Amino acid sequence: MSGTKFFLALLIASAAVFGAAGLIGNPYVFFAGYVVLQYIALATAWNILGGYTGYVNFGTAAFFALGAYTTVALHKLTALPLPIMMLVGGIVSGVVGLGTGYLTLRLRGAFFSIATLALAVVVQTLITNWNFVGGSRGAYIVRPATAPLLGIDYVQYLFLVMQGLVVLVLVVARAIERSRLGYGFATIRDDEVAAEASGVPTLRLKLLATTLSGAFMGMAGAPLPYYVTYLDPASGFSLAYAVNGVAMPLVGGTSSWLGPVIGAVLLGTLQQVATVTISSALNLLIVGLMLVAFVIVAPNGILGLVQVRRRRSRA
Amino acid sequence: MEMSLDLLGNAVVSGLLLGGFYAAVTIGVSISFGMLDIVNIAHPAFIILGSYIAYIANTTLGMDPILAAVVALPAFYLLGAAVYQIYYLAFERRGEEALRGLAFFFGLLFITEVALVLVFGVDYRLVEAPYIGPTLHLGAVDLPLRLLVPCLVALVMVGGLQLFLSHSFLGRAILAVAQDQLALRLMAANPTRIKRIAFGLSIATASLAGAVLIVIQPVEPSIGRDYIGRVFAICVLGGMGSFAGTLLAALILGIVESLTATFYGPSWAPAVAFGFLLITLAVRPAGILGR
Amino acid sequence: MTGCQPGNALLEVTSLGKRFGGFVALEAINLAVPEGERLGLIGPNGSGKSTLVNCISGTLRHEMGSVRFVGQKLEGLAAHERTRLGLARSFQLPRPFNTLSLAENLRVPLLYTGRHTTQPIDQSCIDLLDMVGLADKADRLPRDLTQIEMRKLELARAMAARPRLLIADEAMAGLSHAEVDDILALLIRLNGQGVTVILIEHIMRAVMHFSQRLVVLVAGRKIADGDPAEVVRDPDVVRAYLGE
Repeated sequence: MSGTKFFLALLIASAAVFGAAGLIGNPYVFFAGYVVLQYIALATAWNILGGYTGYVNFGTAAFFALGAYTTVALHKLTALPLPIMMLVGGIVSGVVGLGTGYLTLRLRGAFFSIATLALAVVVQTLITNWNFVGGSRGAYIVRPATAPLLGIDYVQYLFLVMQGLVVLVLVVARAIERSRLGYGFATIRDDEVAAEASGVPTLRLKLLATTLSGAFMGMAGAPLPYYVTYLDPASGFSLAYAVNGVAMPLVGGTSSWLGPVIGAVLLGTLQQVATVTISSALNLLIVGLMLVAFVIVAPNGILGLVQVRRRRSRA
Repeated sequence: MEMSLDLLGNAVVSGLLLGGFYAAVTIGVSISFGMLDIVNIAHPAFIILGSYIAYIANTTLGMDPILAAVVALPAFYLLGAAVYQIYYLAFERRGEEALRGLAFFFGLLFITEVALVLVFGVDYRLVEAPYIGPTLHLGAVDLPLRLLVPCLVALVMVGGLQLFLSHSFLGRAILAVAQDQLALRLMAANPTRIKRIAFGLSIATASLAGAVLIVIQPVEPSIGRDYIGRVFAICVLGGMGSFAGTLLAALILGIVESLTATFYGPSWAPAVAFGFLLITLAVRPAGILGR
Repeated sequence: MTGCQPGNALLEVTSLGKRFGGFVALEAINLAVPEGERLGLIGPNGSGKSTLVNCISGTLRHEMGSVRFVGQKLEGLAAHERTRLGLARSFQLPRPFNTLSLAENLRVPLLYTGRHTTQPIDQSCIDLLDMVGLADKADRLPRDLTQIEMRKLELARAMAARPRLLIADEAMAGLSHAEVDDILALLIRLNGQGVTVILIEHIMRAVMHFSQRLVVLVAGRKIADGDPAEVVRDPDVVRAYLGE
């Protein structure tokens, strides 16, 4: 399927999902659906760096929250349309990704990962100390009742916007996979020294992946303030983003764009359902356990298990 | 801001004491990351676990927290050995440490924190011991015992480990593994067994480090994350496997953090460690006393 | 053809030195390789042959001396930039891209060195695989290959970079007599097409057949450099490497 056809297929699927959600009539569907969509975007963004190049980012929360807090800051300064806020959030997170990468990517991957872990703590500290966006007390954001131009309920608008981001990220991820860039990323993951010897500009590609990944995470976080209407560092930098960013791609499968989608839909829906019945901490514990279990037992995720079954039935 | 010499002096002294403690916290990672090349980012989680075990022993049995940690040492050692065995079988043997091994440790870090939240909640916990309150006054300098005792315990632990590594057969086998695993294998020694022992030791240090942590400050589950930056910053700055380097780097970080906290406020502490880490990685990845 | 003037050499290595901590791996290596030459490089294990290759290709950074390729200083250039200039090497221990098929393994250097031919890339991959006898396994993964097939893949991947200078690091180890001949014929054919080849090998038969000039490395130093027949008679070489 060509790139254009994929794009159109995604658009049609999105329209269908939106329509179906509207038909169900319960506004909660849009609320819950937004979270799942957000996770699809986050997981896919993570995978562009982690799955394709093999560099693990543990600071998903930092990039995500930077996008959210960029919106908070902008909101206090001037009223901008949401897509513009997302763009700015993406740029901010992208630059931070580039910076982190520039400082650590010439060393082994472990140092990059450690740096992202430390980065999450530091960014949270900085935001907590920044009173302009509310500091530790948090910030209140007024959610408009209806969307500009379209006139639909604002939550539905948020859902729609997040769908748009998901389509964008999936198109980019799939395009990378099939391109020269995708091969370059794969060689970095497989054997970086051999990649260099084969003419692959590994540092440049790693920086590109880090920037793209960070930017998309920032874009996924940008609409959050309007969704939650009250944002404080504890929720913006929630552990949920840290673990889900890693668990969803690893559970779904890191080898293609489809893996993070599977992981996000599966784990995201599970968590949305479970939040109603069990505590959120227990919820996260289960995700953590699934992460460890999958990484040990099924390292290629659900996609990998399916591939193995297919190969066996063929043989 | 008026720079009172007293304030400065006390900040430096606190920093030194804190640095000694940081050395205890980091020494486990010096072994696992510096010597064995295992990126155990979950080390702070084991430390916090140690803190909570000391807390339980202290509140239910009235035991001194540091004593409790010593009693718990064998359990932590076994835990470390078990964790390494899983890590080895699932990742190291398959050559998948880079992505999946890291994710494994991250999962452990995460699970530990969340499990602690579930069991203990997010409130701060503290212990009681006779040396937590009092302060020694030596002239203009204040030496809070709650900092001094942990620092001394830390130095004893680090010194003891250093002696073990340089003078015992097993210790030197560990150093040999750190240098050249291939050579060991060619000599028909089993590096896996030695690495397991070493990793077990590294987690055992977390037991003491945890007890010492909860003596210094009240503890709640998310504190582990603050220590990741510190621990790896010190480990890298100290030249990876070098204990002397780790101690030196820990003292430096302790002093800088203490000065920052005194003159700019304590909430900037995590940023200091991170800044150290980034600068070290950018400028001299081999560390101060690097190999 | 021996005796090359510095200045028209394709590859010029001048006083190259490399240390690992206190250990001197290479000392004062001087080497000039004119374009089109078939150079043999021999020496005992641990003499620094692979280290030299790593320094020339950019995988390792050397502290002393300099390397010039096509007249250009290589210091400061990353390995991938040197490959793009036309300097390719194969690895002594094969390092295939394990999640890519054989054809895809070759696709990468073709894509990234940007040396355009009129042929579509897929065909080029098959042709290259065919040259090393792996065309029928084009869609397989490296883990399905034998050690020997992996060595051939390794060589094919270096060739896929369409180099002006190819350094083959022990590409023939473990190959059968006939397979050695195949690879030799391949390298000689490549050379006939204008590719300068440096052959690092222990198989003396192959080295003697292939080399127009022979260089001997022992304990990080060059101890001989010249006509192969004369070099193998050199008493220092005999003592250090060839044995009685």
